[in-house]
Amino acid sequence: MTETETIAVAMSGGVDSSTAAAMLAHSGATVVGLTLQLWDQTRLAGKHGIPDAPKAGRCCSLDDVYDARHVAEHLGIPYYVVNQEDRFERDVVRPFVDEYLAGRTPIPCSLCNNHLKFDQLLKTARSVGATRIATGHYAINEYDPARGRWILKRPADLAKDQTYFLFGLTQEQLAHTLFPLGHLTKPEVREVARARGLMLAEKPDSQEICFISGGDYKQFITAYLEEQGESIPETDGELVASTGQVLGHHHGISNFTVGQRKGLGVSSPSPLYVLQIDPASHRVTVGADQELATRTLRAGNLNWISIPALTGPMRVRAKIRHRHEPAWATLEPAPSEGAGPEAPCGQVLVTFDEPQRAVTPGQSAVFYNGDEVVGGGWIV
Amino acid sequence: MDANATTPLLPEVMDAMRPYWMEHFGNASSIHLHGQQAHAAVDHARETLARFFHCRPAEVVFNSGGTEGANTAIFGLLRPGDHFITTSMEHSAVLKAAERMAERGIEVTFVAPQKSGLVSPDDIAAAVRPETRLISVMLANNETGVIQPVEEIGKLAAEAGAYLHIDAVQGAGKIPFDVRRFGCHLCSISAHKIHGPKGVGAMYVRRGTPIEPLLVGGSHERRQRAGTENVPGIVGLAKAVELATQSLENGTMERVAALRDRLEVAILDLPDTGVNGGSYTGPPVPRVANTTNIWFDQLEGEALVIALDLKGVAVSGGSACHSGSTEPSHVLMAMGLDKNRARASLRFSLLKTATEADVDHVLRVVPEAVERLRAISPVAAGTLG
Repeated sequence: MTETETIAVAMSGGVDSSTAAAMLAHSGATVVGLTLQLWDQTRLAGKHGIPDAPKAGRCCSLDDVYDARHVAEHLGIPYYVVNQEDRFERDVVRPFVDEYLAGRTPIPCSLCNNHLKFDQLLKTARSVGATRIATGHYAINEYDPARGRWILKRPADLAKDQTYFLFGLTQEQLAHTLFPLGHLTKPEVREVARARGLMLAEKPDSQEICFISGGDYKQFITAYLEEQGESIPETDGELVASTGQVLGHHHGISNFTVGQRKGLGVSSPSPLYVLQIDPASHRVTVGADQELATRTLRAGNLNWISIPALTGPMRVRAKIRHRHEPAWATLEPAPSEGAGPEAPCGQVLVTFDEPQRAVTPGQSAVFYNGDEVVGGGWIV
Repeated sequence: MDANATTPLLPEVMDAMRPYWMEHFGNASSIHLHGQQAHAAVDHARETLARFFHCRPAEVVFNSGGTEGANTAIFGLLRPGDHFITTSMEHSAVLKAAERMAERGIEVTFVAPQKSGLVSPDDIAAAVRPETRLISVMLANNETGVIQPVEEIGKLAAEAGAYLHIDAVQGAGKIPFDVRRFGCHLCSISAHKIHGPKGVGAMYVRRGTPIEPLLVGGSHERRQRAGTENVPGIVGLAKAVELATQSLENGTMERVAALRDRLEVAILDLPDTGVNGGSYTGPPVPRVANTTNIWFDQLEGEALVIALDLKGVAVSGGSACHSGSTEPSHVLMAMGLDKNRARASLRFSLLKTATEADVDHVLRVVPEAVERLRAISPVAAGTLG
């Protein structure tokens, strides 16, 4: 018997990861399908307006596990569901809730990628005898011998680019990860799925945060804290104009995100937007659209991919939220403000050529050089 | 190595069932010849089961298996105001039924087993009250194989004037069986655990036990269980019971016990391992011949189950009815194991057809897998909460 490499594919039950599994199985690799069971969708169902029946297309819904199992059976590969609910709650859900309570706007997908999808999945994969993992992410991962580094690149289908959520991957993780869909467009992926006889080729994409059924994060936070026996911290406070003038009172900073226009509870002749949320004083500052624009930001908890470290100023294009078009900026190393254990990698100062709208603490800033991901960090 | 989850049909069982699908397909309640053939087959099976239970044929009720048996005992006997005693290591067919009863005004006491995996009759006795109407205890635990002191519990149930239900799904066919000796009023077994077909079982209901049927409709099974008899299944169950009785008498189970012991001793040679539920090296705790439950520190049971499956060794962590759930085995937790050790425990349960070669294969695969997992263990790396 010849020993072929064993690859563990993270299967969510969606088209992308199913197609990735089909492509690898077809290539002759030994493939094992794994689904990470991350969240029990029935856990908070029916509480505080959260729908009773989770929609299909949520991660970890029974329908999706069924679909993934069906695909694995169709491909003739072994398939297992691995329970990681405890870790997911600790490393993703709890920080997500805490970030909102602290007046920031978190990205759970990046936390999940860093802590679960890659770190934990790679460990699980190795424990079952696989050497590498594969996922259905749209990204390209290549080794550059000249630099001696693994390089993460934007995929062929820029509309599906997921590199923004993958900036936290270490060299070790990249060295053991395959993105089989990186060179395909979404229509091509559906084409491959149909060609391989996958029943779910037409299944719609999932969009929302996977563990928030119904898509209302405020309902989720209320229901989660109640389940934990915790009360929602009192974070009500003043709503002020950028001039300092008090405009009203709000019921808690977790109801706001930078750039938000709706639900401010004040009337004004011209539209008002959230400019800033101060977690210490609970003060929420609002102002006109043009006041949202800023030229600089600081990011911490950095991870570098195409370079070993940032040693001097560097020209990049920086992306500050999922749907943001990367904008020209200059990176400079910056000493951490109040450097502590939470910011061991230092910080960078990002100065944009043109002011950018709604720089939001809690989101990531990801830096690109052409198609390559230079690195990224969390906006502070 | 996962015979406590289920077992394959033996060829003799398949042969016995075969005529009852297409040839003798009659409804056992019909008057005509086809019906009579089916009726005779069910009667014959009932006599076989009566010999197995050591009861009258009229005290045998065929049903769909262990879950239905446990549900029937609990829902069929308990009424608001009653008190019910069971143990916290029962199968979920008992535990979930007990929880539902608790929601409906019945007092329920869950008695915890001792560290050894044995439930103490004294603890049961201490829980008895004047309103205690039913006690339900398993004959052998599905995860540890530990045989429970049902005879002593039967005696104290009689003294207390309570009914006793024995969930014998895991004990049947593995130890000598006699409901008179157990002193029980109700006893449930399932065919698929003893090389019979899935979806069929039987229950001993002592004459005069005022049990209300779970399913109502036709007058099948002396009005104790409505629904057209699963004739092929019942015939298969009877054949499986016959063969199980033979295995107990012809030394098969001793052979299985010797294989299990060889497996256990060899695995325990690995560092940081141990048996849940007593072993022949520890205090004398009676176990069924085919089961051992072993903890492996510094690894995750789930990963080991997968790694072994990929090498052709099927085992389970906890019971098969709970796979995919986040909670460690409720049986091991009830025995006082900590969460990490309960999660790092595996059940090996041998088929009675297991061979030396099967054990050799397991012993080739397990040490290598344990070593590899420990080398990369997230538990060892300290990332498990």
